[in-house]
Amino acid sequence: MIKTDAIIIGAGPTGLFAVHQLGIIGLKCEIIDNLDRAGGQCIELYPDKPIYDIPAIPECTGEELTNGLLKQVAPFKANFHLNQRVEEIKKENNLWILKTNKGNAFSAPNVIIAGGVGSFEPRKLTLKEAEKFEGSQIFYSVANKNLFQNKKISIFGGGDSALDWALELSKTNQVTLIHRRAEFRGAAHTLNEVKQKEKEGKILIKTPYNLTSVEGDKIMTGIEIKHEDGKLEKIKTDYILSFFGLIMKLGPIAEWGLNIDKKTIPVNTETFQTNKEGIFAIGDICTYPGKLKLILSGFHEGALAARACFKRAKPNETYRFEFTTASKNIHDRLGVKK
Amino acid sequence: MLALFLFIHIFRIMPKITYISHDGKKNTVEVPVGLTVMEGALQNNIQGIDADCGGSMACATCHVYVPENWYDKLEKVQDAEQDMLDMAYEPKKNSRLSCQIIISDQLDGLEVTTPIKQT
Ligand code: FES
Repeated sequence: MIKTDAIIIGAGPTGLFAVHQLGIIGLKCEIIDNLDRAGGQCIELYPDKPIYDIPAIPECTGEELTNGLLKQVAPFKANFHLNQRVEEIKKENNLWILKTNKGNAFSAPNVIIAGGVGSFEPRKLTLKEAEKFEGSQIFYSVANKNLFQNKKISIFGGGDSALDWALELSKTNQVTLIHRRAEFRGAAHTLNEVKQKEKEGKILIKTPYNLTSVEGDKIMTGIEIKHEDGKLEKIKTDYILSFFGLIMKLGPIAEWGLNIDKKTIPVNTETFQTNKEGIFAIGDICTYPGKLKLILSGFHEGALAARACFKRAKPNETYRFEFTTASKNIHDRLGVKK
Repeated sequence: MLALFLFIHIFRIMPKITYISHDGKKNTVEVPVGLTVMEGALQNNIQGIDADCGGSMACATCHVYVPENWYDKLEKVQDAEQDMLDMAYEPKKNSRLSCQIIISDQLDGLEVTTPIKQT
């Protein structure tokens, strides 16, 4: 069990800046995120789209913003627990106990939810029957490519992941690439390679087709796809790989007994506390009259939530407001050398 | 003439947009010119459009179907929208992202149908 002053859920810009705000007032924290790296939506949805509304930074990309924040919070040596999701939360005396799906446990008087619009999960196939083959014959990512040797593989999607895996797996398998429209979106050289493989008969391309059913009882044996003009076609298939990007799900947070209003959590704007004492919500996931879903609002919300955490983490101390320009304490915490 | 002109400007009639749910329930609301079809739904508490990314064309959870007679009247779909539509729940030929349809007077009477679900 890891004990700390505050646990931050979500390593997007808001969560990262909360590390900073906790750090300069002398609080320790641990930060948990479902993704495999920090940055949240900024990194996952628009790593290279410029952002123009960060104060004093006329223009930066999501990636630059994330890197800047990571550098800014580095002195506080917060531990990042990536690739895992908080599944369970319960209260013991005055402490919150959290468990992740990787089996890590944390305890702290404060929990700050900076979960954006929830956690990212692969978008699944829409067919009901597909469910029973998920994890055995239907995959949304490739964990072990050795599974695929001399197999019949149907790949769905029109983006880079679909194209890259079609190329890679076509070396040792029979690959059909299926997309709902004729255009693929991918790097030019990848597209050319795929076209080349099609000519050589190594990849079969089916467009514009959609999946209509999967066949088989215990074991999936094939699929049926439908052309835009209605024509049906069956394809023998051992494995389906489907690449339709990521969606955002509120996930387990919805079951923690917090008030939830249209996928967001109402908070008190003085402390950013939710209806549960010691649980705070900041950034896109919180709501209050006048809420703006801006990164800069998330920064402000984190600053106030951090001060509220202080009272619960150090009940016997008095919080004193200090400026970073003048405070010796803050300089020590930041490791500023004279 | 001037009076009429002023009248129209002061009591500007807002375009009516009809949102049809997957099971056929119709909801007609007035949406100010310049907002998107997605925003019109959110402001009027219309179910069926999630808009998780708030209109930054990054989530495809504002997906709608547009009847053919209206589809052709809309601004053409840009590549980025088309790419995002690939990620939508059951996209069809007449699919659009409602956050990319900006309401104008020409769109008065527009009907859009929301899919069974967005994710
Ligand atoms: S609101 Fe996310 S793509 Fe339209």
